[in-house]
Amino acid sequence: MPESTWSGATARTSADDHVAYGGFHAAIAQRRLLLPALHAVQDSVGWVSHGALNYISERIPVAPAEAYGVATFYDLIATEPLPRRVARVCDDIACVAAGRTKLITDLEAEIGPENTPNGEGMWVRSPCLGHCEKGSAAFIQRAGEQAITIAPVTANQIAAILDGEPTTMATPPVVASSFAGLARARAMGAEAVREEVVKSRIRGRGGAAFPAGIKWNGVADASGDTKYVVCNADESEPGTFKDRWLIEQDPFALIEGIAIAAYAVGATKAYIYIRGEYREAEILLTSALEVAGDAPGIEIEIRRGAGAYICGEETALFNSIEGFRGQPRQKPPFPTTSGLFGAPTLINNVETLVAIPGIVSDGGDAFARLGTEESTGLKLFCVSGAVTDPGVYQVEFGATTRELIDLAGGAQGEVRAVLSGGAAGSFLTEDQIDVPLTFEDGRDADISLGSGAIIVFNTEADMTAITYRIAEFFAHESCGLCVPCRVGTSLQLDIVGRICEGADTDADLYDLDNIGWVMRDASICGLGHTAANAVESALRIGLIGGKT
Amino acid sequence: MIETTLADPRLVEITLNGETALAHADATILDVCRAQDVDIPTMCFLETLTPFNSCRLCVVEVAGSRTLIPSCSRTVEVGMEITTESERVANTRRILYEMYASTVDLSLSDDDTRRWMAKYEVKPGRFGEYESHRKVKIQDDLYIRDYDKCVMCYRCVAACGTEAQNTFAIDVAGRGLSSTISTEFDVVLPDSACVYCGNCIGVCPTGALMFKSEYDMREAGSWDESRQTVTTTICSFCGVGCSLDLHVQDNRIVKVSSPLDHDVTDGHLCIKGRFGYAHIQEEAGRST
Repeated sequence: MPESTWSGATARTSADDHVAYGGFHAAIAQRRLLLPALHAVQDSVGWVSHGALNYISERIPVAPAEAYGVATFYDLIATEPLPRRVARVCDDIACVAAGRTKLITDLEAEIGPENTPNGEGMWVRSPCLGHCEKGSAAFIQRAGEQAITIAPVTANQIAAILDGEPTTMATPPVVASSFAGLARARAMGAEAVREEVVKSRIRGRGGAAFPAGIKWNGVADASGDTKYVVCNADESEPGTFKDRWLIEQDPFALIEGIAIAAYAVGATKAYIYIRGEYREAEILLTSALEVAGDAPGIEIEIRRGAGAYICGEETALFNSIEGFRGQPRQKPPFPTTSGLFGAPTLINNVETLVAIPGIVSDGGDAFARLGTEESTGLKLFCVSGAVTDPGVYQVEFGATTRELIDLAGGAQGEVRAVLSGGAAGSFLTEDQIDVPLTFEDGRDADISLGSGAIIVFNTEADMTAITYRIAEFFAHESCGLCVPCRVGTSLQLDIVGRICEGADTDADLYDLDNIGWVMRDASICGLGHTAANAVESALRIGLIGGKT
Repeated sequence: MIETTLADPRLVEITLNGETALAHADATILDVCRAQDVDIPTMCFLETLTPFNSCRLCVVEVAGSRTLIPSCSRTVEVGMEITTESERVANTRRILYEMYASTVDLSLSDDDTRRWMAKYEVKPGRFGEYESHRKVKIQDDLYIRDYDKCVMCYRCVAACGTEAQNTFAIDVAGRGLSSTISTEFDVVLPDSACVYCGNCIGVCPTGALMFKSEYDMREAGSWDESRQTVTTTICSFCGVGCSLDLHVQDNRIVKVSSPLDHDVTDGHLCIKGRFGYAHIQEEAGRST
């Protein structure tokens, strides 16, 4: 029988106060459990009280001030009392572009204003929930019950759930996979697998487009007994939903990709960091991992985000897993030598890892024959907004934005603007719409492929409101670590606000330009580097401003 | 210029502002610049703490890098070409100071900050004049916290945590521009883990953290550094041998600090060395 609750006893004993095995290092290593512990309290009670925080702090152990710093960092963790059920309703740009503004007005009519408790429920606006192809989405946190995402959703449905109507998520059953690619990888040997990845010339699909082969070899060659593979499934870029879609289509493909990666680089443990709002995909992955059993040959732990866009940045993601505030680290050192827990870490996007079993089975050369010289293989694009069939579209690299819009059934109404790459991307000019979406053409034409989000706006869309929403998004999501981004995103929001009201001055435009390049030039991470892209491009092509 | 050769494997050759220089392989760009008398502004950096990379004022140009590089944390590499002053660097630093000035009360910031702001012709009101909106936290007789003056350099968090005191009474709470330094649930300091070592005051660059004695005198208009003397002594409370700088005005101790470069303290003290001076004043009062 365990001696104390520290070692698993169900009730406190006198040993609780004076028995500690493993010493200081074992104790501080438990800090990685902080975010799951906060989640557990949030999920069951609906908020994290002072008492709960102190209890978590004592048990992990971590200083209460630090635990509070972590808790207050995330949108999905509350440190003030909240109603038992909170609906986070997407009002982001892809929904607005698709004309789905009725949900918000319906909610105001049916339940009352935002952020105001009504009985045991409340609704608030949320950044993009990544269900853009399905329709208006709501993520509903329910104390003591499974949180749930519904898309498409109506105000009536939300009101009913907030009133306590029982609703469960229908998750399809998972069927075991043969892991043929993994078996092939093991037959080839780790070095040969990495060689195929190098030959495939696949670049990371998360946005930074770094050649995966170089990363894999970097981690394999790095010294250290402990190495990690981390799958970045913290998909939060507005208008991006391909990673969620991939997991929903076949969670085993991702698990197999991770298993092959872990084998190829010699990793000792793998993590999947999945966006907190993607509860359905998380459940699928959990079931798939149970079904897979020992087949992957490596322990894969799923870690749930808690509502912070910045945690999609690789080093911020590491800090989040480790139980710290999800703030980025200055690079170098790069993750390949010093990543998660300071160990060499391979971190890849879901889409990149899902492509791996195919590369191993068919060979890197076969993969490289698709696409172009610098942009090999197939790529997923998320087409949303004012198109007939929004969804995930897979094309060979080389398709243009216009072709992708046509694939999605064409635009609805007259196209006013196209945003490529999500909030971190830019609005395209007429010429740019016909540029092939490859890394090399994109670079030459100054187009950010980013995460592969293409949001189409027709002439019904209020582009000043859209641009303001993007500026608001960055001011809300900036972690606050470095000054250019912390202050810059906020100043940018103020100035865009004045532009939207037609109250801007020449000095405002000059300031906006200056703020943009300081964020791009001096911020610590990609969030700050890209925070001005969309606003600047909106100004450049005349979507906003131009009152003179 | 250091007279040595590349035969020493610990040295790397770099180019600093167009001139070849030799640097230790584990030196940061800032280390090299300071050794070569190349002036670089800093705000969040402190010699005794691990660089936190928050202020970005120390950025320099490094050939081949898409963005500017914070010199405080980047280690030199063979062949690195560094430019510390250029229009790009100067404009960035100027705008960063202007960003600070619009969001923080810089009235008590250090001399270095004033000098650089003058040099770059910073317009403090460019992005809007800063308006005070937070109440000064006075929760005890030892020190006050005026977060209107906080630049979020994280030095106090580091000093309270693993870098000096290992007390962890404060951390950053919240996110983005509204993030702030806080105890858990913003409890008052006496209810927090704070042990009143005052090391957070010792590292604060902007006067956001201040001795209550200094705060009271500033409020009363009697704080006058030109009338102050600094007496260096050794703390007599225990055998560690911490160096104390007693700041004295009108024959009364108004503040205690310790030199950053002192081997024993690295500038850090404990509650006794930092605040345990009242008995001296009492004696002095009684004798006159």
